[in-house]
Amino acid sequence: MTWLLPMAIILPITGAALTLVASRRPRVQRAISVTTISVQLAVEIVLLLQVQNDGPVVMHIGGWTAPLGVTLVADGLSSFMLVVSTLVSLAVLVYAISQGIADREVGPEVPISIFHPTFLILVTGVSNAFVAGDLFNLFVSFEILLTASYVLLTSGGTKERLRAGAPYIVVSLLSSLIFLAAIAMIYAATGTVNLADLSVKLAALPEGIVAVLQAMLLVAFGVKAAVFPMSAWLPDSYPSAPAPVTAVFAGLLTKVGIYAIIRVQTLLFPTGSYGTLLMIAALATMVVGILGAVSQSGIKRMLSFTLVSHIGYMLFGVALGNQAGLSAAIYYVAHHILVQTALFLAVGLIERVAGTTVLARLGGLAAAAPILAILFFIPAMNLAGVPPLSGFLGKVGLFEAGIEDGRVLALILVAGGALTSLLTLYAIIRVWGRAFWRPMPEINALDGDAGALQTESGRSLVVRRRVQRDAQRRVTQEKAAHLPIGMVGATTAVVTVGLLLTVFAGPIYALTDRAAASLLDRSIYVDAVLGAGEPLPPGSPPTESGETPAGSTGTEPAAPTGAGG
Amino acid sequence: MTVNLLLAITIGVLFASGVYLMLSRNLIRVILGFLLAGHGVNLLLLSVGTYDSPPIVGEATGDEQLSDPIPQALILTSIVITLAVSTFLLAMAYRNYTVTRDPELADDPEDDDEFADIDAGAGDE
Repeated sequence: MTWLLPMAIILPITGAALTLVASRRPRVQRAISVTTISVQLAVEIVLLLQVQNDGPVVMHIGGWTAPLGVTLVADGLSSFMLVVSTLVSLAVLVYAISQGIADREVGPEVPISIFHPTFLILVTGVSNAFVAGDLFNLFVSFEILLTASYVLLTSGGTKERLRAGAPYIVVSLLSSLIFLAAIAMIYAATGTVNLADLSVKLAALPEGIVAVLQAMLLVAFGVKAAVFPMSAWLPDSYPSAPAPVTAVFAGLLTKVGIYAIIRVQTLLFPTGSYGTLLMIAALATMVVGILGAVSQSGIKRMLSFTLVSHIGYMLFGVALGNQAGLSAAIYYVAHHILVQTALFLAVGLIERVAGTTVLARLGGLAAAAPILAILFFIPAMNLAGVPPLSGFLGKVGLFEAGIEDGRVLALILVAGGALTSLLTLYAIIRVWGRAFWRPMPEINALDGDAGALQTESGRSLVVRRRVQRDAQRRVTQEKAAHLPIGMVGATTAVVTVGLLLTVFAGPIYALTDRAAASLLDRSIYVDAVLGAGEPLPPGSPPTESGETPAGSTGTEPAAPTGAGG
Repeated sequence: MTVNLLLAITIGVLFASGVYLMLSRNLIRVILGFLLAGHGVNLLLLSVGTYDSPPIVGEATGDEQLSDPIPQALILTSIVITLAVSTFLLAMAYRNYTVTRDPELADDPEDDDEFADIDAGAGDE
């Protein structure tokens, strides 16, 4: 059932085209996008099961065998990432639709005709990145998802969003240019961009050249994954976007970068070079990120900093490079996608109920909106790594891998990880204590009548304050009771799946273990791509000189890799 | 593959000036910088291939040296992507100008709700 593989890309891109055609019919648009992503999710679950049973699924587009054609590959890691990412996309889509319906009663904030096609293109880019079997296809999928993300981030075109979006866009453009330059140099050195082919051919190159190529790729992916010191763009740009957009960005975009780092480090550069540098980067990412989070006074910005900080954990697992480390890193990626998305969705609900995400102006939400409090509390504790939740399991896996590794730096990283975990707990508890647990702050209740207060006696002032605070709480309760069901439902779904990751930690860890093992045994991937090729199409046999006819290359530029320069 | 020094210098100058322009706050300069750096990378891709031999037309006969079509295919894709991204950038720069009447990006963090709370929260500890 190889045909299932390209469906993960064809479905959302077709959906994007259809929603663009139907841009004047919001209801049709909503139906199309929800259907497409649901079907896509079903296909990917089947694909995941198939990969678990039969090994990697490989497809050579147009019958051009690797390393000539465009190859799509789904191995254990890819298929797992596909399922998790599409699940999150579906939940965010439902949330966004529900918010959009509700918002239009007040006034349109998000131009809805643009949102659906752009979102589906973003999903296409993410899926394509996970199944790309060659570097250039990976570059194209990065561009697809980045361009979609530019549009989503600046949607509405307000001054604030443009200010916040522009640095993100410039940084992304620069990293794309570095990636493309790296591809050009890799092609110059090896004559191929196919990942499986590269993993064979790079081994024959001099050490210095390989180091340069690897460094370029790591810088390009490091910017995307927000690895310190290339992470400053993230907390600046994410908070200003609409809640569902921030949620999907936080969940997926940085993880695509992490996926690319995992793929490249295991498949192309298995010698573990730059391991020490990656470990230092992981430590710096964790500690600097979380120190930023602790000092924030707005929830969105605080969460953006924890997002950066926890990228360090995944990088830690990759840097270790042993099976336990990789397995824990993959588990942690899934955990982090779900938890960050859930938190940002919950923050969207907070913003809706309380009208702000600024800690100083929030308070009393646990009493006013208990369901919202639960929806925030569970992923928050999960993020902080409180036992027995999946954040704890992921971190324990990473620490075990670090101790197994035994190097001094690895042990320092374990300590740094524990410290980061505690500081995350502190940052989260600070939000919980202020926004949910304490009573409603009075600065809100006393808005606008400071002049009247001066003439009142102390006693009537107290009474007046109490009355106003009660009124405020009633308004909040009113708003909390009228939260759109889709928004709450989508958030609940993501929180629940995050909990399932804890409940079924055994089977899922077994799955990530297998994925990590097949990452380390590169021959599985290489044989699947290079060995299992379909025959060349009739009429285009390789010629004697080893050159191949270039029938399709001109019209399908994302394509193939040559037999030699 | 021969290394063409002139081409290498051109690529380096394009990339350097492109990156320099992209560091500016003026969005028009950013666009120009992106275009320059994009051309630099495209030239790099071009220099990867063999550009002094005939293109592949039909099926090759014998062992004559033909140029490698792959880098050209990669450049085509890259040019298309550059076009799409610069279209978006132009739209964004225009939008920024209509909103702020200034080709430069606004620098007004106090407008940001999450910054504003630093003052609001000061007396609340």
